This record gives sequence, C-alpha cells and structure tokens, in this order.
Amino acid sequence: MTDTYLNLVNSGVTAKLAKQLGLPRPAPLRRYRPGQPLLDGPALVLGPGKDADAVASLLSSGWDVDVHRHAAPDARYAAVVLVLTEVTHPTDLSAPVLAAAATLRGLARGGRVVTVSRTAADDDAPALAAARQGVDGLLRSLAKELRGGATGNGIVLDAGVDVDAPSVVGALRFFLSTRSAFVDGQLLTVSSGAGALPDDWEHPLAGRVAVVTGAARGIGEAIASTLARDGATVVCVDVPSAGEQLATVANRVRGTALQLDVTTDDAGARILEHALARHGRIDVVVHNAGITRDKLLANMTPEKWDSVLAVNIAAQLRINEALLESGDFVHQPRIVSLASTSGIAGNRGQTNYAASKGGVIGMVRATAPLLAAFGGTANAVAPGFIETEMTARIPALTRQVARRLNSLQQGGQPVDVAETVAFLASPAAGGVVGRVLRVCGQNMVGQ
Amino acid sequence: MATPKTPAPRRALVLGGNRIPFARAGGRYAHASNQDMLTAALDGLVARYGLQGERIGEVAAGAVLKHSRDFNLTREAVLGSALSAQTPAYDVQQACATGLETVVSLSNKIRLGQLESAISGGVDTTSDAPIAVSDRLRRALLDLSRAKNMQQKLAAAAKIRPKDLAPSTPRTSEPRTGLSMGEHQALTTAQWGITREAQDEVAYASHHRLAAAWEAGFFDDLVTPYRGQTIDGNLRADTSLEKLATLRPTFGLGLDTPATMTAGNSTPLTDGASTVLLGSDEWAAEHDLTPLAVVVDAEAGAVDFVHGEDGLLMAPAFAVPRLLARNGLTLDDFAYVEIHEAFASTVLTTLAAWESDEFGRARLGLPGAFGTVDRERLNVHGSSLAAGHPFAATGGRIVATISKELHLRKQRDGGTPRALVSVCAAGGLGLTAILEAA
Repeated sequence: MTDTYLNLVNSGVTAKLAKQLGLPRPAPLRRYRPGQPLLDGPALVLGPGKDADAVASLLSSGWDVDVHRHAAPDARYAAVVLVLTEVTHPTDLSAPVLAAAATLRGLARGGRVVTVSRTAADDDAPALAAARQGVDGLLRSLAKELRGGATGNGIVLDAGVDVDAPSVVGALRFFLSTRSAFVDGQLLTVSSGAGALPDDWEHPLAGRVAVVTGAARGIGEAIASTLARDGATVVCVDVPSAGEQLATVANRVRGTALQLDVTTDDAGARILEHALARHGRIDVVVHNAGITRDKLLANMTPEKWDSVLAVNIAAQLRINEALLESGDFVHQPRIVSLASTSGIAGNRGQTNYAASKGGVIGMVRATAPLLAAFGGTANAVAPGFIETEMTARIPALTRQVARRLNSLQQGGQPVDVAETVAFLASPAAGGVVGRVLRVCGQNMVGQ
Repeated sequence: MATPKTPAPRRALVLGGNRIPFARAGGRYAHASNQDMLTAALDGLVARYGLQGERIGEVAAGAVLKHSRDFNLTREAVLGSALSAQTPAYDVQQACATGLETVVSLSNKIRLGQLESAISGGVDTTSDAPIAVSDRLRRALLDLSRAKNMQQKLAAAAKIRPKDLAPSTPRTSEPRTGLSMGEHQALTTAQWGITREAQDEVAYASHHRLAAAWEAGFFDDLVTPYRGQTIDGNLRADTSLEKLATLRPTFGLGLDTPATMTAGNSTPLTDGASTVLLGSDEWAAEHDLTPLAVVVDAEAGAVDFVHGEDGLLMAPAFAVPRLLARNGLTLDDFAYVEIHEAFASTVLTTLAAWESDEFGRARLGLPGAFGTVDRERLNVHGSSLAAGHPFAATGGRIVATISKELHLRKQRDGGTPRALVSVCAAGGLGLTAILEAA
C-alpha cells in the first residue's frame, strides 16, 4: 500500500508547501538489507561506569562502529546510547541526559537513541527506584521528540542481568539497526542471561526450523521471508483455500507449504509431524494466523465472537500444548505470537479481536516459564497500523488519520513486524521472556 | 577394460502428488493454458515437498488436446517452475491414459536405476483447446508461403474458398468411426444391458465419496488451489438419486434400446492438471520423504472396436486379467480398485465383463468368470464423474489419491494393502497398474 502523503511531503514543491504549512512530515524509513553496515555514522556512548565502557567496547571492537565517549562538536551521530544502569538517584540522570540533548539536533536521519537501564523493583531504595523508573518516562517522551525517522527505544535489565548478557547485546543491535525501523518508544525488559549470540549476525537463524502460520500473505508472508533470509528453514502454514499464494511464498523462501486449518484439533500434531519428518526438528513457531470480524459488542453475533477467539487464541493454545507435550520442542525453542495494539489499548468495534489479542499477551507470559527449562521463550509482537491488504480496506480518511497517529507519522510495513518477530525468534533473545514488543511507531494509544 | 555395472532392479515409489482443483470447462481456468496449469501443479508439488532448485531426474507429462506450439510442453512447464532448470523433461501422449503412462514409464526407469527421482504429470484444457484451420485452407496457406512470384502467390490464394475459412475445432470423436466417445459407450452399455439406475448409483457414490474426502481434509496435501478454484468445480455434494433421475439422456438416443446415459452419469469437459512425485528408496531417504506406495507392475491393452465385438472403452477388461495373472493375484487380493469413470457405464460394463462366465471362458480363456469387485473397495474417494476428467490429468489424480490411501491404510491396519488402477482411453486403449503400500 503506497502512502501517497508521505511521498508528497518528501519531494519537490509539495515538500516545501508542507513545511510552510506546518503539516506533519513523516520521513521515509530505511529498512534492513543484508550487508548493510550496522550504523551509517559514529555512535556516542554516554553514561558513567564500566557498563558504559562495556557497551562502547562492544560497539567499537565487536561491531566496528566509530564510538565516541564524549560528544564532539558538530559531529552528526547515527546513534546515541545512554547507559544508565548505574544511576542511584534521579539527579544522576542529569549529566548523561543533558549531554545527549546537545547532540539531538545533529542526529542523523534515521538516527537511534537507545537507553540501557535497570528495572525499578519494589524492594529498591525509593531514590533508586525513582531514578530507574524515571528512564521510562524520559525515553517515551524523548522518542516523541525525535524527527527524521529517528527512533528511541530502551533496554531494561532485571536484577542480576549483566550488560553483556546475550539478550542485552541482541536487543541493542536490534534497536540500533534498521531492522527496528518502525519500533519506537519501546522499553524491552531482559529477564535473564539466557540465550546465545550468533556466529553470523546476518544469519542468526541458521540451522533453525521455523513454522509460520498465516504465511500466504501480508505480515505472515513477510515473516516467512524474513526468517528465511536470516537462515531459517521455514514451514509455511495457511488454510487450504489460500494454498496457491502459500505455494508461491514457500517456493520463494525455499521452504515447504503445509495447507492446514490451525483450528482443527490435530493442527499441533500435524505441524510437528511435518516439521520433524521433513526437516528433522522444530525450533520456532510463529502464531501469525488471525482474523477480524469487527462489530460493536451490542451487535455482536456468536459466530463473529467465537470464530475470532477460535483462530486468534484457542488455536494457539492448543498448538502450544501439543508442542510442549511432544518432547521435540526443546532446543532453545521460541514461540512468537502476534498480539495487537487493540489488545493493549482497546479499539471500538473490536471487542472480540481485542479479547483474543489480550489473551495472546496473557498466554505468552504464562507459557514462557514452561519453556524456560529448555532455554525457550514465548513472546508477543503487537503491531500498530501496518500497511496490509487488511488496513487498505479501511475508509481513506480514517486510514490517513490512523497512519499519522504515531511518532513516526506513518504506517509500518509488514517487514517491520517480521524483523521484530525474527529478533524474538533468534537465539540471542533467550533472555526476553513473556514480553510484548510493540511495532507501532510509538502509537499514541496504550503504553 | 571396465565392465559396465548395471544396477539390479529395485522399487519405484510414489512419494506424493499435487494437482490443481479440476474446473468445469469455461470456468475459472477458461483463460489458462495447458502450460500455465501444468506449471501451477508442478509449483504446488515443489512447495509441498521443498524441491525448489532441485534437479529432478526426469519429468514426463502430456496433454491430449495440445497446441502445436506446445511441442515441448513439459520442458517449458519445468522451465517456468521452481525446479532446477537442469531438470530434463519429455512429453507423452496416450489419450486418457497419458497420466498413468507417465507414472508407469518413469517408475520403470527408476526400477532400472536410470533415475533416482521423477515427476509424472498430465494436463488438459477443453476451454483453451487448439483450433486449427481447415485442411484446404492450411494447404493453400502453405503453398502461398512457398510461392516465389506474384503469379504463384495469386494462384495459391485463388484456391481459398469462403467455406475453407471455418475453423476446425477438436472433437472427441473417434477418427475411424466418426462416433463420439459417448455414442461408443452407449453401444457398449446396450450390449451389456446396463440400467440407468445402476449408472446413477455409481455417479451418486462418486459425488458423495469425493465430497466426504474434501470435507475430511483428505485433499489438503494433494491439491493446491489455483485461480480462486479451491475445490473440484464439478463436485455436487448435494446430488441425489432423485436429481440424477431427472436428467435427460444425452447419448444413445438413436439406438433401439432405452437411452440411459445422461450428463449426470457421464464425465463433463474439464480443465485441470496433476503431478505425482516418484523416487527410489535412497532418494526418498535423502530428501526426508515418506514413501506412500510402490508401483508394482502395469499392463496396457487395446481392443479392435472398429471391426470386433468389443466396446471402445473395454480394453482394461482384458488388460487387468493379464496383469493379475502375471503377478499371481486375483481381484480379491486388492484392498482398493480404481476404475476411471469415463462414464458410469464404463465402470459397470467392465465389472459386468469380469463377472460374466461366458466372457471369462470365451474371451479371457479362463475356466469361468474373472471375478467380482466389492463396491466398498471401488473408487473409495470418488472418481472422474465427481472430480471431472481433464483427460491427461486423471491418471495422476488417481495414483496420488490411492497412494495416500494405501499409506494411511497400512499405518492403520498394517499389512501391505494393494490397489488396482484401470484407465480406459480413446482408440480402444486401456492402461492398468498395480500399486501397493510402501
């Protein structure tokens, strides 16, 4: 779906006009391409203490980034990393935050601001908790101020998690890279030191077998393509009636097509059988298949309510049970489930959909501990407004408004959701458990 | 000097299949060519089994109604598919037996060690059928193209008459008798005294069994939708014997006997394509594919329908007894019998011949009747009356369907269940084969 408005405000006479009128001017976002350098310019790492040193050294020696520890005058930074893990009082935020502030006007287009901080716990000293929780408000507000396609995201470390834990490193790389183009204003908590860094950052899913439901089109198709690009062998699942598109996707990603209605009782068994027989293992399951049957609750029919719940949550629960019982889903398994901002903030006319998507969030939180023994995780991705066939059917004016209601002032692409799914599916994300990561350009609704 | 090392014969396996849903002529595939449909069927097979970029030993397929530009139809379909462009291919044509013949010939190559893997297939469109110009116009045009000067050109052009401009459309009539296949079968139907009710019962069972298989998801891993067609277009799940009884006869209207063959108990013109994946045990293991069935043996037959007493579509009645005798089997040794339903009465005349003492003694040289087929074993998931019959694609449909059924039956009940496949064809031809669960 082309965003004509975005094109107009970024080219020629109409761009000037938009500027003079003070209209919102969303910037075209850069997306990930294999072989792309992690950052297009130098990175500034701010913050006191050895955690900041560790981050700086990871960036410079590990990832070949030109790292500055103090803002150079006139430097145009591609990224600013604020390492705030060692703050103990809100006043400690002052120096690093104000140092970052001075660089923001010169932040490169598509620049990145990433905070690294610690979870404010109930048993923290009040000042410590205040300092840590303060980062939350700081980051969310800062992200809303960034322009030119720049994003701000945070990594929050639970007690006992080191700054060089695989998932902290993985999340930092994800947030710095163009893979997170449409992820903005989000704080991702890392709960443990579990997970493993890939040998090759371009193929973090090498040797892994991933199942993607609803893979025939839209976001599912993008997920299948992205997981395959990252090295996974992909089993593409969709209902038999979508078989033609499914075959096209499977052939493009060099995976296999499995025509299957996920709501059937034996769907989990058939997925397992196919993955094990054809590919010898099953490592990642992405629950993407979903439907909408919008109706105000006052007008809701049993058919509309039940079918949405059946596809969007009951099927996932049943398949997960089969995976857990099989004894074959035990090699750092990953479940990534598609939630929605509707499931977080609510949406008029979508009580059934929001109930199912809220359900997904509860499900991954409760499923993750069941997988912990195998180094496994379950997480959710909550897309905001994404340009798909589904959103293309929204009336034009409503669609235009919906697109602008986020900090990046545009809709995301299916690949943006897919990149986030791929990150959560990767071995590096082993310390991210039971979380919801939003891909919404910092939508104004909900958290 | 080295001695040539010829490998010993081995098993040839059916590893899977894929077809597109069959559509009624003039339906959703009206503007799809044979090459489009065969490519789609191949691509669905590739997607199901993860064969992208794979160099398959050989692909053989064919079409009965074929444009002359499709002289290399199968190879062109391979080049347009997700298979490796280094996959060799060839075309086959044996009327309605084309699809089964590709299975037989490719499995023989696998048995001999000439191939490790193969894909057999077939496709037909009656919607996009070739239309030729009349012979007189064709000759005149060819003369015109060879003419060297204006005088010769004018002379060639002058031979063209207005009536020569009428296109010559393909027909399913037999070249030697001028009778359509339906009229031929009407003669056989009368010869064997097959009733309207018996034919309608065959049609009814075909539709209900095929519908039940679709409903149960049996075709989820055998069919890939195409151009919005997600289920066989000819299938009438709600048909009843009462509805079938209301249809007016269409064939045999000029005979002395009552006309019994209707549009309900005859196959309609259909568009579609099918493929079957074949391979050796080694290749199957290397590719993590589960063997479904073994292609055991096959026998072709032909009858002299022009001068003799046998009906056009009766060749299988002779081929099957020869095939079973060679393999030391009787009809009772088969868990499944698949007889292509060109017409309901084709199935019934074949069964009647086998059940006849006289036919057994006089024509088959047996002590008595050849045998009977339990109807519960016959065309268990429906056949061409319900699915439709895109001529060359029918063999692949039957082989893939019954191979999966054999595999499931073995998983369920153990043993080595067998299936007999019989396909009649124009020109008095017939091709029959034995499959057994792998």
